[in-house]
Amino acid sequence: MAEPLLQLENLSIAFGGLRAVQGVSLALPAGTLGALIGPNGAGKTTLFALMSGFLVPDTGRVRYAGADITGRAPHLNARDGLTRTFQIVQPFAAQTVRENIAVGAHLHEPKRAAALAAAERVAERVGLATQLDKPAADLTVAGRKRLELARALATRPKLLLLDEVLAGLNPQEVAEMIPVVRGIADGGVTVLMIEHVMQAVMNLAQQVWVLAQGQLIAEGTPASVTSDAKVIEAYLGHGTAERLRAAA
Amino acid sequence: MTRDLLGIAAFALAVIAATVLLSSGVWLNAIMMTLYAALLALAWNLLGGFGGQFSFGHALFFGTGAYASAVAQVTHGVNAWAALALAVAAAAAVGGFVGALAFRYGLKGSYFALVTLAFAEVFRILAVSAGFTGGGVGMMLPLKESFANLQFGSRKGSIGLVLGFVVAALLVTAWLRHSRYGAQLQAVRDNEDAARAIGVDPRRTKLVATVLSAAFMGAAGAFYLQVFQYIDPGLAFGAHVSVEALVGAIVGGMGTLWGPVLGAAVLHLLAEGTRNLFGALPGLNMVIYGAVLVLIVMFMPRGLAGLGRSVRDVWKGGRG
Repeated sequence: MAEPLLQLENLSIAFGGLRAVQGVSLALPAGTLGALIGPNGAGKTTLFALMSGFLVPDTGRVRYAGADITGRAPHLNARDGLTRTFQIVQPFAAQTVRENIAVGAHLHEPKRAAALAAAERVAERVGLATQLDKPAADLTVAGRKRLELARALATRPKLLLLDEVLAGLNPQEVAEMIPVVRGIADGGVTVLMIEHVMQAVMNLAQQVWVLAQGQLIAEGTPASVTSDAKVIEAYLGHGTAERLRAAA
Repeated sequence: MTRDLLGIAAFALAVIAATVLLSSGVWLNAIMMTLYAALLALAWNLLGGFGGQFSFGHALFFGTGAYASAVAQVTHGVNAWAALALAVAAAAAVGGFVGALAFRYGLKGSYFALVTLAFAEVFRILAVSAGFTGGGVGMMLPLKESFANLQFGSRKGSIGLVLGFVVAALLVTAWLRHSRYGAQLQAVRDNEDAARAIGVDPRRTKLVATVLSAAFMGAAGAFYLQVFQYIDPGLAFGAHVSVEALVGAIVGGMGTLWGPVLGAAVLHLLAEGTRNLFGALPGLNMVIYGAVLVLIVMFMPRGLAGLGRSVRDVWKGGRG
């Protein structure tokens, strides 16, 4: 297996008495399309914030491309190729789709015309080409999710952290989005996605990590974690795995 | 970009033509005061309109510029042009200081507004109590009319000076609309976290806008001093300057190129009009002025410059 692009070592953070993430260690090899799953409130988004520099861990280290980036500011991480999207989409509402994506493209492209052209190419990749001149505020939920993805993609990331890009989409839209995410990974970007839509996780992910109550409880291929007794209990309650086995 | 530059050139030519052709002192005065108000609004718009940081104390930079120029000229005998450069530099430096402090501690929204207001008040009180500012009596610039002294016998010269600043502010605004830095500044305005995630340093971005905005306010302060030859702490750091700057930009349309100019012109006409019509009833003009402001802010959130777009949206919506 390749050298890990992202490595978490014993990461913890508490908000007051709530221990949101406790002692999480994981290694994401370069070129992987990984998924982070877990019940609501498990600490997945908090873990993303720790990885990308939006939060500083109480203990533990974050290593990226061989360097210790624990607590480094998000914009510096983005310049280094580590970019995240937000579960609650955050468009620059007053600006058009093209302008939104161009802000991402500007990270490595000082010229305005070149950034706008790059924005068009990225929009093409995520299926926003027909909406380039719309104000971001006028997009549907699915459109905003695509925009969130496009903006991050325009920064030419090496590692893309996708926080529920499929949440809130109807089955048709999910089916359209899955090839887009796969295309990004095939293009050489390492992807770690938080996802509740199991269809996507089973379809896309090579490696899955399961977080429950701030701790990693399982890790492996999609098929192996979904049959793991601890994972089933975390989602469906204590004793469920036992009852399922008895019923079978 | 080309369209913006052509517009700015056309605007400058129109003002120059009007200034050359008109001989009525009233009109020339109106042009000068409108350009001066437009300069304040354009300066505020750089930070407030494009950066989303609503300063309530832009008089801080205005007063710094005015006093820096006054002290340099009166106390130290510095040439007026050099004093002007000094005023811009001093205002920019104060902008850098206040911006660095405010953004270091993540002050946003009303907190940022209050901090700028507080700094303006502190500087006003300092100007009253410090010795080198002449205290509450203020400072008088001796009347020595000549080009070298930046004092012009006629309004036409002053119009030329303030027009130069307005054009410079318009050019900076046009640059914000068509550059990487401008795109990043507007991204920070619209959503700071999203901007950070895609590599924008919000603190640096806002700081640069504060310095630019402060520099133009400093130029306005120095201009005020050259024209009226007198400043005191209230005139320089008083809230009315801050309010004039932000109201012009808000009424005209924040984050637009022409909004601040339009806002300044309309407010000037409104103020003059109400004063002439209701001069017999002191105070009534202010009531009407205030009421019109409230109506504009309530019903035109995009300001006057956004009116065309709102109407176009309705028109397109109606046909589509």
